[in-house]
Amino acid sequence: MTNSINEIEHSQVILVSGSNTVKTHPQVARRIFDAVDSGASLIVIDPRRSPLARHADVHLSIRSGSDIPLLNGMMRVILDENLADDAFVEMRTENYHALRDMLYRLDMDEIVALTGVSLDKISRAAKLYARAQNSVVCYCLGITQHICGTDNVQAIANLAMLTGNVEKENTGVDPLRGQNNVQGACDMGALPGVFPGYQSVADPEVRHRFERAWQVSLPKTAGLTVTEMTHAASDNPIKGMFVMGENPMLSDPALGLVRESFANLEFLAVADIFLSETAAVADVVFPAATFAEKEGTFTNTERRVQLVRQAIAPVGESRSDLDIITALSEKLGYPMPYASAAEVMEEIALLTPIYAGIFYDRLAPWGLQWPCFDREHGGTPFLHKYNFARGKGRFVPTSHKPPSEPTDAEYPFVLITGRSYHQYHTGTMSRKTPVFNRECPEGLLEIHPLDAKTYNIRAREMVRLSSRRGSIKVKVTLTKTVNPGSLFTTFHFAEAAVNELTVAARDPQAKCPELKVCAAKIEKLET
Amino acid sequence: MRNILTTCVYCGCGCGLYLHEENGRVVGASPSKNHPVSRSNLCVKGWHAHEFIHDSSRLTQPLIRKNGVLTSSGWDEALTYTAKAFRKIIDKTEGTGIGVLASAKCTNEENYLIQKLARAVFKTNNVDHCARL
Repeated sequence: MTNSINEIEHSQVILVSGSNTVKTHPQVARRIFDAVDSGASLIVIDPRRSPLARHADVHLSIRSGSDIPLLNGMMRVILDENLADDAFVEMRTENYHALRDMLYRLDMDEIVALTGVSLDKISRAAKLYARAQNSVVCYCLGITQHICGTDNVQAIANLAMLTGNVEKENTGVDPLRGQNNVQGACDMGALPGVFPGYQSVADPEVRHRFERAWQVSLPKTAGLTVTEMTHAASDNPIKGMFVMGENPMLSDPALGLVRESFANLEFLAVADIFLSETAAVADVVFPAATFAEKEGTFTNTERRVQLVRQAIAPVGESRSDLDIITALSEKLGYPMPYASAAEVMEEIALLTPIYAGIFYDRLAPWGLQWPCFDREHGGTPFLHKYNFARGKGRFVPTSHKPPSEPTDAEYPFVLITGRSYHQYHTGTMSRKTPVFNRECPEGLLEIHPLDAKTYNIRAREMVRLSSRRGSIKVKVTLTKTVNPGSLFTTFHFAEAAVNELTVAARDPQAKCPELKVCAAKIEKLET
Repeated sequence: MRNILTTCVYCGCGCGLYLHEENGRVVGASPSKNHPVSRSNLCVKGWHAHEFIHDSSRLTQPLIRKNGVLTSSGWDEALTYTAKAFRKIIDKTEGTGIGVLASAKCTNEENYLIQKLARAVFKTNNVDHCARL
């Protein structure tokens, strides 16, 4: 997020795109509701009528995968209504003419046809967003999990820059990060192309700094992303894997390919707190300690680095992942002698400019928001105050890219996958929690009542849900949350693993898989 | 009963919460009043964030697959076995044959160390996590 969570409650207009915020980021949703209570306007872009959409001033119920035409259409309205922030565009951005020329060539009728949203609604949303002094955009995986995810994000950036809705307090572009420490894992360089702090592995100067600090020579080219590793199947260049606290055998798309890739490994080691679907096929499983049994830090979606404190000793013979990694490294002839997690953070601060002022003694009580450049620096509640990381913000015109798998006569439904309030990701933790299993014991397939009628399906009936890659049995719930022709279900449940069905296609730049669109069909089960 | 201030393990909001510890077990969770995000409030996941900790199916010993079955072992045996298996693949493929998945559930320090292990010891940049999923 470029903003802090609490800034959202002071925004005048909040545009939420591709995020089921009430279910997945309850505290952000709370700020949005507080803002709406004090008079802010809410625009929701979502193919589903999510709980947030019910409170929206304008709900743009687009066809899944038509974000770019919608956002371009909004920008065109902004130009036509003369609502662009000319001073901001002039002083802080570049390549504006390319964007403007593209927008003036748009055919608005085509945009209405592609998105399924009326011109009136597009126009109302655009005017609301552009007229306010403080508009904020929150987006989540509904934007990024498409083959055009990078372009979707660029289109949002174009919209924000065109109206000058960045750089100020309560104003910005906020990707909501999903897991407790997904922000931190990225910051720490658990990515194939960058060292900690997003420093490129291909940059010789950066690499030499890490080589000096770690006293080794380091590989020069970027590595493979997760689905490149788990989808290579029989051609897999990967022979051995070490998986720490992840469950690709349930979380990754196109599970058939994932299973084949894991079956072709010579060796798999997994560290986890439970015997996940992935740990069950490993050659070695290390029992890991939970967050209550170790010290460390998590970084939340607003870039706040916060302490995790130990409450109890590790259960059984389990050990923290920190201890597992250092012990394994020592066995491989590269000792990592750290006395504590705090000492690891000192090394991180030394090598990572955005974390250079993060020290444990400074983190009580409420942490620090990076970038935090030195011991005196108080952290950064919102980003891009005087300039963007690259200098001027660059407009890049983007155009519609249809989803990788269109619907057809055989697979007529668009299947969208997502999450629920009472379960979490692959359920490794949440399904061990009695209250959550009481509230959300099984996966449900959301279908519009009209479609259910066509197929003669009743509520709570078990149906077969199939795509070109696989099929599962799943219970149906009738709801107008989804539009006719769309289906929605969650991926938490191994016994109804929807990722058997999802497509392997991914965005060519971000390598983010298209989990939000695949063509599917439903069939009544024989009774 | 001791109250330990920590950070929630579920979503990216990062609420501050207290874990309640009694006789070596975590028996409850409650929100921090002054934490800038939680402000006296937790979602249902936060209130129950402690419940999986003492579930009877927790892994408590290292396991090694022997004759096709995962079998309990000691730490030293499991670590030595793993190090040998990885060493073989590192030597054969100069590192390109190893893949490492870090975790959005683990701490910054653990993610830092696992990418260091991948790059410095396994000699590969094949390190990623589920950020895209």
